[in-house]
Amino acid sequence: MIPDQLQHQIPALIVLTPLVLGLITALIGRRGLGWWIAMLASLLVFAGSIQLLIDVMHSGTYTVSYLMGNWPVPYGIEYRIDPLNGGVLCTVALISAAVTLFARRSVASEVSRDRLHFFYAVWLFCQTGLLGITITGDAFNLYVLLEISSLATYTLVAMGKGRDRRALTAAINYLVLGTIGASFILLGIGFLYMVTGTLNMMDMAERLDAIYITWGTAEPQYQKTVLTGFAFLFVGVSLKLALFPLHTWLPNAYTYAPAAVSALLAATATKVGAYISIRFIYTIVGTDAAFRGAIPTHVFIMVSAGMAILLGSYLAIKQDNVKKILAYSSIAQIGYIALGFALDNKNGLTAAVIHIFNHALTKGGMFMALGVVAYRLGNTRLQDLRGLGRKLPVSMGAFTAGGLGLIGVPLTAGFVSKWYLVTGAIEAGRYEMAAIVLVGSLLAVVYVWRVVETIYFGKRDEGAPNVQEAPITMLVPMLLLIGASIYFGVDANTTSWIAEAAAETLLGVQP
Amino acid sequence: MIPPEMAITLALGLPILGALLIAMSRGVPNLRETFTLLTAVATFGFVASLYPAVINGAQPTLDLWQVLPGVKLSFRVEPLGMVYALVATLLWIPNSLYSIGYMRGNNEKHQTRFYVCFPLAIASAVGIAFAENLFTMFVFYETLTLSTFPLVTHKGNTDAVKSGRIYLGILLTTSVCFQLLALLWIVALQHTGGVSGLDFASGGIFREGLAAGAVTPAVFGLLFFLYIYGIGKAALMPVHRWLPAAMVAPTPVSAFLHAVAVVKAGVFCVIKVTVYVFGVETLREYGQGGWLLYAAGATILIASLIAMFQDNLKKRLAYSTISQLSYVVLGVALLTPISIMAATFHIVAHAFGKITLFFAAGSIYTAAHKTQISQLDGIGRRMPWTMGAFTIGTLSMIGVPPVVGFVSKWFLINGVIESGSLPGGHFDEVFALVVILFSTLLNAGYFLPIVYRAFFRTLSDEDLKHPHGEAPWAIVTALTFTATLTLFFFFWNQPAATLAELVRRAVG
Repeated sequence: MIPDQLQHQIPALIVLTPLVLGLITALIGRRGLGWWIAMLASLLVFAGSIQLLIDVMHSGTYTVSYLMGNWPVPYGIEYRIDPLNGGVLCTVALISAAVTLFARRSVASEVSRDRLHFFYAVWLFCQTGLLGITITGDAFNLYVLLEISSLATYTLVAMGKGRDRRALTAAINYLVLGTIGASFILLGIGFLYMVTGTLNMMDMAERLDAIYITWGTAEPQYQKTVLTGFAFLFVGVSLKLALFPLHTWLPNAYTYAPAAVSALLAATATKVGAYISIRFIYTIVGTDAAFRGAIPTHVFIMVSAGMAILLGSYLAIKQDNVKKILAYSSIAQIGYIALGFALDNKNGLTAAVIHIFNHALTKGGMFMALGVVAYRLGNTRLQDLRGLGRKLPVSMGAFTAGGLGLIGVPLTAGFVSKWYLVTGAIEAGRYEMAAIVLVGSLLAVVYVWRVVETIYFGKRDEGAPNVQEAPITMLVPMLLLIGASIYFGVDANTTSWIAEAAAETLLGVQP
Repeated sequence: MIPPEMAITLALGLPILGALLIAMSRGVPNLRETFTLLTAVATFGFVASLYPAVINGAQPTLDLWQVLPGVKLSFRVEPLGMVYALVATLLWIPNSLYSIGYMRGNNEKHQTRFYVCFPLAIASAVGIAFAENLFTMFVFYETLTLSTFPLVTHKGNTDAVKSGRIYLGILLTTSVCFQLLALLWIVALQHTGGVSGLDFASGGIFREGLAAGAVTPAVFGLLFFLYIYGIGKAALMPVHRWLPAAMVAPTPVSAFLHAVAVVKAGVFCVIKVTVYVFGVETLREYGQGGWLLYAAGATILIASLIAMFQDNLKKRLAYSTISQLSYVVLGVALLTPISIMAATFHIVAHAFGKITLFFAAGSIYTAAHKTQISQLDGIGRRMPWTMGAFTIGTLSMIGVPPVVGFVSKWFLINGVIESGSLPGGHFDEVFALVVILFSTLLNAGYFLPIVYRAFFRTLSDEDLKHPHGEAPWAIVTALTFTATLTLFFFFWNQPAATLAELVRRAVG
């Protein structure tokens, strides 16, 4: 199989492969080659991530640690993988590989030909950033990689201008808010560095624990500094995560980006944001300070999450562009994830982790289905989808199956997430949140069914152009993700094993 | 004999395989319909092959796979599930025959989609019948809703789409907001010892948790409420609106799904959770669920009154179904072994009668293109078979001997008399008796005029200009068959009675 020497280097290679290949793509500048290099990079990264997750799950301690350049902790940069980021890493890698395959035809139709190699270079940088954020165990390194992925993302969104010039304003909007978020994160990390003198996450967590011991006493040390730092971090990450009411950049960015970019962002970018939140709250700052300290953050998160679920779903119902429906639905789904990690119990955290993966599959697949519509029709207005069920049976079938997943119908992955989430909410005594989750599912029925009815019961306009099913390179990745979203609803043993392990390690339960 | 495990697998898997074959033979209608009939007969055969084992006290099981840690898709065939599975798969046979006559006679479009969705609904029904735990039941409950949606909206016009929304809206809202909430609440209770597990168990799963104080009687009562209203398919008022809305579907769908498979899935689940999750004794002991008697009684009377004023034949039948379903719920609410037995038996009795009535309604529509009761003057002379069968059906609804409806009413009244010590004392019994007697009058009041019109009035001049005869033979055969069953079952109802008796023993 893989030589041992190489296997030990996987954590570094996962980040370096797309970075180096991205640079090569940009430097070679051959239009046709870009996609092939991106595809190669994604597949290598995906294989590596799976291998890494397997290593983590079988390691006994549920941890794999990699020291960059063999510098000892806490002096050098450590890559530290546990079930949580191992799972998120695989999610990002899987989605990236699938969307890259999808992108070949889709992007070619939406981005001008002389920029294609450039597109794929940025595409790979975006992946580098997302993968790096997930894998790193160093707070400052996380910030750097966050900036890499964000800058790449703004560029990718702006590339949608070929089809709709509103992509440019969406990108600027995203740029401004994203930069504010990133600055807040940097400030937060700075505050924590001030009191701990370290940037290694685990080291920081240990030193904070030592500080917390003084908090109950007459002379609490650095209480305000730590809480201020956490507040900055939390708000900054929430912007990246698009947690209500900091979600305003998201709908337009998703709607006007090229189809492949929407699929990639919806399935990975906000998920990585959720990961950062969980990491900072549970591993670094700790729930004692974050939730049970002077600021009851979990209550804020729950209120935000509840609003996100209800208002996000409600606004999804009101949209006329199907991409926007999905974008607002994403805001609601982020609410589910945030609610999961605000519940502070095992089932809630499991729900958050498993939903990161499940929703990535579902939403990624659905955005691809819309990518097919955009590829064939040039836009994704609801009225243009009338009667498409007969013209694009595979894509629209996949869209419907994905929609059932968003609703959380049994035997889809979305149901598994809801299962853990509602159980967790009831266990936490948060019956109102359990009710909100279920009402959210019903609102999902409304916005999904509005589209489904249009697809199957609508009549195509007289003289509407004849459309055909998409090319195979677009259908395969779409069916792969939607198929997986059903498979992991029918047999969720693997995903729940990993998610439960992640929840247990975060809550400090010994495996 | 077929090994029971294989029989369960086939009863569930065969309809799905049938759906695939039907989909593949889309270009060849005769082959497609052959597959439908073969699947129907074979599925019934496999379900029936489990009957001897079940009446001998065995409960064959089948574990499919674990979906989540500790949450399995698994099946256990017990007498109550057997009753429902037998009724659903048996009546699918005449209904398939009837569908062929109806769909061809009316030149319906998208027939392949129609024939594909039907077996999927049957597979879901069998899944509900044989479910071993609350999770499995919920999964198939939802697949039944979704697989019947394309059938309800079959016509695809604005009316169908609108009714489809009501159908899906009510059934999903109740099942997600109430049933799923209760289910997950029970999952959460499982971790704290409030319940013994998700599996159906004789005497219920709450007994020990309540005794140990791990779950309060108030929560127990609330969960019962959530389950009863979470099973929207039982059409207990006020969550009944989906049923009249579903009448927009082609008649075979109304006949089979909305008189047998779907609605009976609802009342079946009500009996099942009352007996095997909450426990009849436990409910009595902790004085919970007394309200159900009044909810059911009110539904019976109000639905009957609404039925009186419906001129559309299918709508009248739909409201009659709502009221008849609540007889089953009333039997459950009385919380005695014999009333549960009556409820079980009524699942069968009502199914035979009501499918006959719907078959007749569709037959009239196919032959005479009539949907309103006021148009039916003198039609009995032109369609004697249809209206004869219709008459037998109405007698069963009213509960007159020698038709099977009488038997369940008999058991039900016995249940009332036996109930004695209901939480609400004698007032409950009197209320139940009044409801049963008064509703019988109402049933007669809205059904007999139709029979009178058909046989004793003369055809209008308008009708004389448009001669027509009986419906196609497939339709007539099907409805004669079910009408015969309705009559025959009064004298020979041993399988149902035996199973119902076993259910009674499981309760007491």
